[in-house]
Amino acid sequence: MVGEIKIAGVVKRFPQQDAPDVIALSGINLTIKAGEFVSLIGPSGCGKSTLLRLIAGLNGADEGKLYVDDEEIREPSYERGLVFQNPMLFPWLNIHDNVAFGLKARGIYKQKKTEVDKFIELVGLATFQKSYPHQLSGGMAQRASLARALVNHPKVLLLDEPLGALDAFTRMNMQDELIRIWQERQTTMIMVTHDVDEAIYLSDRVIVMTPRPAKIESCIEVKLSRPRARSNPEFLAMRSKILKILNFAGNEKEPTYYL
Amino acid sequence: MRKLIIWLPVLSIILAIVVEVMMGNGGKHATTKQPYFLYLLAGLFIIFTTITITSYFNAKAKLWLKERDLFLAATFLFLNVLNIITKKLGLLPVIYFPSLDKIISVIVEDRTFLAICLASSGKLLFTGYFFGAIAGFATGIAVGFSNAASYWINPLIRVLGPIPATAWIPIVLISFPTSFSASAFLIALAVWFPTTVMTSSGILNVQNAYFEVSSTLGAKKYYQIFKVGVPASMPHMFIGLFNGTCASFITLMTAEMLGVKNGIGWYINWQKEMMAYANVYAGLIIIAVTFSILITLLFKVRDHVLVWQKGVIKW
Repeated sequence: MVGEIKIAGVVKRFPQQDAPDVIALSGINLTIKAGEFVSLIGPSGCGKSTLLRLIAGLNGADEGKLYVDDEEIREPSYERGLVFQNPMLFPWLNIHDNVAFGLKARGIYKQKKTEVDKFIELVGLATFQKSYPHQLSGGMAQRASLARALVNHPKVLLLDEPLGALDAFTRMNMQDELIRIWQERQTTMIMVTHDVDEAIYLSDRVIVMTPRPAKIESCIEVKLSRPRARSNPEFLAMRSKILKILNFAGNEKEPTYYL
Repeated sequence: MRKLIIWLPVLSIILAIVVEVMMGNGGKHATTKQPYFLYLLAGLFIIFTTITITSYFNAKAKLWLKERDLFLAATFLFLNVLNIITKKLGLLPVIYFPSLDKIISVIVEDRTFLAICLASSGKLLFTGYFFGAIAGFATGIAVGFSNAASYWINPLIRVLGPIPATAWIPIVLISFPTSFSASAFLIALAVWFPTTVMTSSGILNVQNAYFEVSSTLGAKKYYQIFKVGVPASMPHMFIGLFNGTCASFITLMTAEMLGVKNGIGWYINWQKEMMAYANVYAGLIIIAVTFSILITLLFKVRDHVLVWQKGVIKW
């Protein structure tokens, strides 16, 4: 199995004008096993997206190091695919060419042509090969951008709130789709999300982060068998546990009256 | 009422024919070898009667006509009025406002010479446009992607760019070996500036996330420039090309009127000095038709290239 991520003492600062640096990450240590599905959850400003960008190689750490399979991360690579909240499909390419982009950029499109059709089919867009991004709905565009990242057979798939812009029903469908793809491909998945239910529903482990200073508060293993039921009592218990860590459980005041 | 309106263009043509045939020629206009205006009206009559009748059973013809019936009728009425105030009544100075017969006769009888002039203008325009557009793309891409290029070239663009290409005529005409190369250079300069500015600003406006996504998909720097930056800034580039096209027309005409010894601009200037105003109008009509065809062609190319954002931007 490949795709193990090691994060060792990572610090990231954003320099400000006329103000002390913003510390986006303060000493993060984390190991993500190969083939694991991990969610990063926490309020805005906790550095979860920054951490994802460091793993992708889009930004460098100020201190500490990040490794994929013991190899240091220095720059972006097709081995670490990235999917944003906004699908960011190239509007000038149709769906087929969008998905084929990675293979063409790496100069291996001719040998792996069939992969493109395979992944478009995997995300259920076979009849939209020739459509342009502006002709697709939000959910379809996000599926296309998943296929675009997957066609490169990345060791790790980084998902930055991939379902954040979708309506509730499309979202639940896409969650099942993600699980299906993950089980089929065995790729390491790291997902940033704001949604506690989503994190529990999908992940092997939920990493809860807190801001100021931005750090990992706790790692919660989700030991529920898949497919998971959102109404399972253990699911709900885990949900309130995470909410409590995030201080969203509400004040434990005595109700003023009982029914 | 609607039924009558689609016949208005044809009625307007018939009215013009009646005036042309029935009314006496009051002005002191020289007669032409053939009644060319009448030929034109007859031709239009046949064309528009056919179209109008076709529109009863062809939806496409119907739509085409419906969209412009009043405008066409008004245009033919305008020709009719023009004919009345020149040839029929002689209300305007004969020398500056020749009859329509005379203008059409120039286009018909002088056609070989006009075609030579047009070809020579065309050669000059395309040579200059081609090199100007290529140079514009190249500098635009360089300035958009490279900080060093931006540092050294940007001030040059800012100082030289706004100078109208035609202002260089006195210097350029004496420093180039031929007037052709001099004019081609001026046209290239006129096209270069807007193309450069729009291309570089287009590239600078491309969302960074597109470059980030492409780098996580395995694209290296040059692949990103030509497969992400360039296509993403294509809409801007076309606006630059469009502005460049207009600037190139102006420069072409000015260059031909001042230095070059052939071409349609030179023809107009030469005929003006000979007080042959019918020839001047003929030249203007040919320029109008040619340039509007060229602009339409550019639009067609743009629609083809930018099919992915159809309906997103409009000119």
